[in-house]
Amino acid sequence: MLLNSLKSARAVPWVRPVLCTPRRSLAHVANLEDVPTEDDKPFSVPIAEDSFDTYHLDPPPFSVETTKRELRNLYHDMTMIRRMELAADSLYKDRKIRGFCHLSTGQEAVAVGIEHALTKADKLITAYRSHGFTLMRGGTVKSIIGELLGRRDGISYGKGGSMHMFCESFFGGNGIVGASVPLGAGIAFAQQYNDIKNVTINLYGDGAANQGQVHESFNLAKLWNLPVIFGCENNKYGMGTSVERASAMTEYYKRGQYIPGLRINGMDVLAVLSAVKYGKKFVQAGNGPLVYEYLTYRYAGHSMSDPGIAYRSRDELKQERANDPISNFKERLIDWGVFSEDEAKAIDKDVRSKVNSEVAEAEKMPAPEMKMDILFEDMYVRGSEPQQRRGRTIDETYYQG
Amino acid sequence: MAAPRLFRPAARLLSSRLSTPLRPTFRQSACAPSILRFRGYATQGGVKDVTVRDALNEALAEELESNQKTFILGEEVAQYNGAYKVTRGLLDRFGPKRVIDTPITEAGFCGLAVGAALAGLHPICEFMTFNFAMQAIDQIINSAAKTHYMSGGIQPCNITFRGPNGFAAGVAAQHSQDYSAWYGSIPGLKVVSPWSSEDAKGLLKAAIRDPNPVVVLENELLYGQAFPMSEAAQKDDFVLPIGKAKIERPGKDLTIVSLSRCVGLSLNAAAELKQKYGVEAEVINLRSVKPLDVETIVQSLKKTGRIMCVESGFPMFGVSSEILALAMEYGFDYLTAPAVRVTGAEVPTPYAAGLEEMSFPQVDTILGQATKLLRL
Repeated sequence: MLLNSLKSARAVPWVRPVLCTPRRSLAHVANLEDVPTEDDKPFSVPIAEDSFDTYHLDPPPFSVETTKRELRNLYHDMTMIRRMELAADSLYKDRKIRGFCHLSTGQEAVAVGIEHALTKADKLITAYRSHGFTLMRGGTVKSIIGELLGRRDGISYGKGGSMHMFCESFFGGNGIVGASVPLGAGIAFAQQYNDIKNVTINLYGDGAANQGQVHESFNLAKLWNLPVIFGCENNKYGMGTSVERASAMTEYYKRGQYIPGLRINGMDVLAVLSAVKYGKKFVQAGNGPLVYEYLTYRYAGHSMSDPGIAYRSRDELKQERANDPISNFKERLIDWGVFSEDEAKAIDKDVRSKVNSEVAEAEKMPAPEMKMDILFEDMYVRGSEPQQRRGRTIDETYYQG
Repeated sequence: MAAPRLFRPAARLLSSRLSTPLRPTFRQSACAPSILRFRGYATQGGVKDVTVRDALNEALAEELESNQKTFILGEEVAQYNGAYKVTRGLLDRFGPKRVIDTPITEAGFCGLAVGAALAGLHPICEFMTFNFAMQAIDQIINSAAKTHYMSGGIQPCNITFRGPNGFAAGVAAQHSQDYSAWYGSIPGLKVVSPWSSEDAKGLLKAAIRDPNPVVVLENELLYGQAFPMSEAAQKDDFVLPIGKAKIERPGKDLTIVSLSRCVGLSLNAAAELKQKYGVEAEVINLRSVKPLDVETIVQSLKKTGRIMCVESGFPMFGVSSEILALAMEYGFDYLTAPAVRVTGAEVPTPYAAGLEEMSFPQVDTILGQATKLLRL
């Protein structure tokens, strides 16, 4: 059936020859010559040839134009997310964070690569594993950790928690698997409606990929030519169910059927960066949506209550950790002479102390006062609230104003 | 027990609060209801008969005209002119950018509309009927109603969901359900349910202008019904306040609280009560399910001492259950008889006409309960 759809699709003008290279682990790219000494002088760095698999789409360039400063920033940002997640992990284990807490350790290259390909005018929406994206979109470590701790100065004022954080051009953190995908199509719709030439990055997991509304969104996006890049973050497990046990067809980048797709090595920040830059141009040129798949891996369990070893082997975890997006990238930057081992260590140290001090500040933030004014605030836009809302008893009825 | 503070000056509702720049404040001036102008319209000249369908159409056209951020999408709203012709002529007037036909994909287009609202547009999402909105109810509740609160007030969602709700004739169980109680129970939503043409126009316009997600529960059987519309209501600045009930018929002996199509049945029953027994029933048209106008209900109850709720939803955990609970909580000492309710029957709506009739309140049903309550 799949072959049939491929064949029939070939007749369509936008169909390009399919490049299908078998996936291998990321090969080390040869040493780079001509790295400029200046921080801001652009130069080109290569991307491994096995980084992309395409579906009715030409592959993105296998090199990316960058600067030493940007490369260091990529490394810095990934380290920052890793450190923040580890801090959240230990706060959770200290019983200071409640409820759900989904960590993205192992998946940092996806959030960082995407963000560096965008401007703040581009929009992004994701599912519940959202800490890294929140940080990249403009949240601070302090406000994110503050939110996880349920503090008044958390990014959602202590009302949202781990899965519900928002900031400018970032539409959350969404807790219902699959439901954020039509929302992302709507955000892209608004960009098109307002005639704004930007792109919406619409992320979901391999688990959500089987939700009907994801496919409804594909249909609407292609039908109306919406400027959206759907992105399946395939970390190989939807909770504890491996992709093979959940999906009849695990090539999620082909799931758009009539939408061109691209599978990206999501453990390589440069591959993600190149792919999203390329996709953004494609979409901005009015070519309609794309379906991306970022192949990545989650080191932690699904959430904090999941040790993450019942459904996968320690060997597998060890193997994946050897392909770590941060240490791999660090080695490459050292090989290329972008920074030295010592400079990398200095960045690590700097990030650690920044995260530690922001976490300490967050821990000092007060919890929201247990007042009716605060409990009932922001249910409705200010000035348009109902006159009264009922508390637990009639005596706790809250009167607005 | 401390007496609940029930009656607060309406002006307090509109009082401005401190707000940070991140949390947008709704400018009341944008939709301050023209209550004063509206009062006493019945005695003014220029009253015209208008069907509910045309009133809704007028409201949509006026709001599409005045606000470029507003657009309507749904199944068959554009080229087909609306499954029930509520959107007739809008495509020709506003073009395909603002009046958008969608595929039959409720979760998809409803979610898309909510996303567009999160991104700053003011969508009107039409469901061909609210029975089909069950496919998208997660988007209405989890994505639209809760996001503003979950974001700590930084992410508003100005969207209107509308379409026919509740009982329709001869369409059987899957197409005859009343969702007032479903949406009415959700914090973060506002829910209105118009009966007359003035209700329809004023409430739909208020819903579109309200900066929160609002569900407008219309009724298919009312679309073709004509009601007198005052001169004030014919103007394009006519807006009704969400959260205010209307006393359709004043009375002193019995309070009948109703909504949507059952308001008409209740008025007929009230007329018969007057004719046969000389009893004056006060009929309250709720207009708004959420927020509920507790003040008007309780004030009426205090006057009459008897309360009856008439609605067409399923009886368990419904709108009337809520009204009766409120009557007990706020008006127990004033009740001279137990509060009663007339509702739809606890049965999936049957197709055969006679059985269908037994499933929903009829004038006789209301009359029977009222005479029992009044010991007539």
